[in-house]
Amino acid sequence: MSILEVKGIKKSFGSTEVLKGIDFSLEKGEVIAIIGSSGSGKTTLLRCLNFLEFADEGTISVSGELLYDGAAEKVAKKKLKNNDKLLRKKRLHFGLVFQNFNLFPHKTVMANLLLAPSLQLKSDLRAAKRAEKQMDRALKKASTEEEKAEIKKLFAEKIKRDYKDAEELRAKAEETLRRVGLIDKRNNYPCQLSGGQQQRVAIARALVMNPDILCFDEPTSALDPELTGEVLKVIRELKDSDTTMIVVTHEMEFARDVADKVIYMADGVIEEAGTPEEVFLHPKSEKAKAFLTSRSNAAKGTDDLD
Amino acid sequence: MSFSEVTLQLLNGFGTTCLLFILTLVFAIPLGLIISFGSMTKFKPLRYLTRGFVWIIRGTPLMLQLFVVFYVPGMLFDTPIFATIENGRFVAALIAFVINYACYFSEIYRGGIESISKGQYEACAVLGMTKGQTFFHVVLPQVVKRIIPPMSNEIITLVKDTSLARVISVIDIVFAAETILSLRALMWPLFYAGAFYLVFNGLLTLLFGFVEKKMDYYKV
Repeated sequence: MSILEVKGIKKSFGSTEVLKGIDFSLEKGEVIAIIGSSGSGKTTLLRCLNFLEFADEGTISVSGELLYDGAAEKVAKKKLKNNDKLLRKKRLHFGLVFQNFNLFPHKTVMANLLLAPSLQLKSDLRAAKRAEKQMDRALKKASTEEEKAEIKKLFAEKIKRDYKDAEELRAKAEETLRRVGLIDKRNNYPCQLSGGQQQRVAIARALVMNPDILCFDEPTSALDPELTGEVLKVIRELKDSDTTMIVVTHEMEFARDVADKVIYMADGVIEEAGTPEEVFLHPKSEKAKAFLTSRSNAAKGTDDLD
Repeated sequence: MSFSEVTLQLLNGFGTTCLLFILTLVFAIPLGLIISFGSMTKFKPLRYLTRGFVWIIRGTPLMLQLFVVFYVPGMLFDTPIFATIENGRFVAALIAFVINYACYFSEIYRGGIESISKGQYEACAVLGMTKGQTFFHVVLPQVVKRIIPPMSNEIITLVKDTSLARVISVIDIVFAAETILSLRALMWPLFYAGAFYLVFNGLLTLLFGFVEKKMDYYKV
């Protein structure tokens, strides 16, 4: 079963149709690169996946669970976008790394990583305590072993949480910082870091939330050319540890090397999709051919980013 | 009238001034936040109502507002409550100051809150934070840093504005100095009273400079 299944996503802003029906799927551990010129809808697609925008039509499923249905949302009485609690739960399937990092400037690197998960942990612990009390009461009423097992199973879901306690969360945050090579910067503020370092912190911050799928929205576009390498290296290493990722990028070289699948988008549709080899070496559509030619010409000229 | 006698009388008035100043801040700072929410809400009737109210309060003289708060209850209910109860005049002045300054503060807050980039909210959203958590842990701390300069301006103005309370006979330091002037024909207590304001505002300026420096540990 695919970890992510996207079907028929459509999105308009006013009378501008930005996405005109996007279908794709993603297997666990796969990396998909989305390329295309500006305004082709790549970023909007990512934002729809992260529920920062709400698709007008289409469905999004993660591990077989239907997360979003545009048609249902349209007629729903209580819309998902107004249901803070449910929305948060759904969003946590995805992580998103922004083009301009969006770190919290008033928090240290470590505090940036810990803020959201520790708040989450606190509310999870409260919920667990409540659930345990309920479970104890239910268990007292239950007579047979089977009933007890049934009750325990029922409450296990409620008590489940990402981290056992603050200790474990901290350890995970430290380990993640080590992974992106910034453990010695844990007490620094974002303004004291270079762009590349800031983006690596942003990646670490997303990872600590344990997302099923990590999305990158042009992660190197706001960086100086000499800083893109360190960010791309981190993404490469994440691929080696089987992180499922969607990367919107302008780095053709990187897309070719790292991605298992490449999607070329133009004018809100998927113009070309396949393995990097298929898309880069044997593009079928005229638009893709023209795009890739202009890109490789640019790469030979001044736009050489490697 | 000796220097120490004048000092004692002025200090007495200055105590009222300080109390009015501090209590106004205590109530107006949180009230301003609530008003700023009102002026930013998506619910249009409330937004227009709040903005209209802020427009009236900022668009009319504080002295007029002092009169209105002091006299209107008496005209409406036939009992001049503020004139009869103990410290009624002080309470009337406090109410007028709190409303007036809360409106000014609300505009400063609004500017600060609206200056926080959308990206901060989106980062919180994708990390699964609630709206409340986003506001109190991410937005508000950054707003505080940004509004310190305009707030210190407004607060220093408040110190001096408290002298307006004398129009409804609240005995503040200027009132005390003026009393000495009219009873004893002494001019210098007026300047002496001015020195109190100068020193007080000097201390406030130092304090705000210190706070600003404290908040300098990060840049946006």
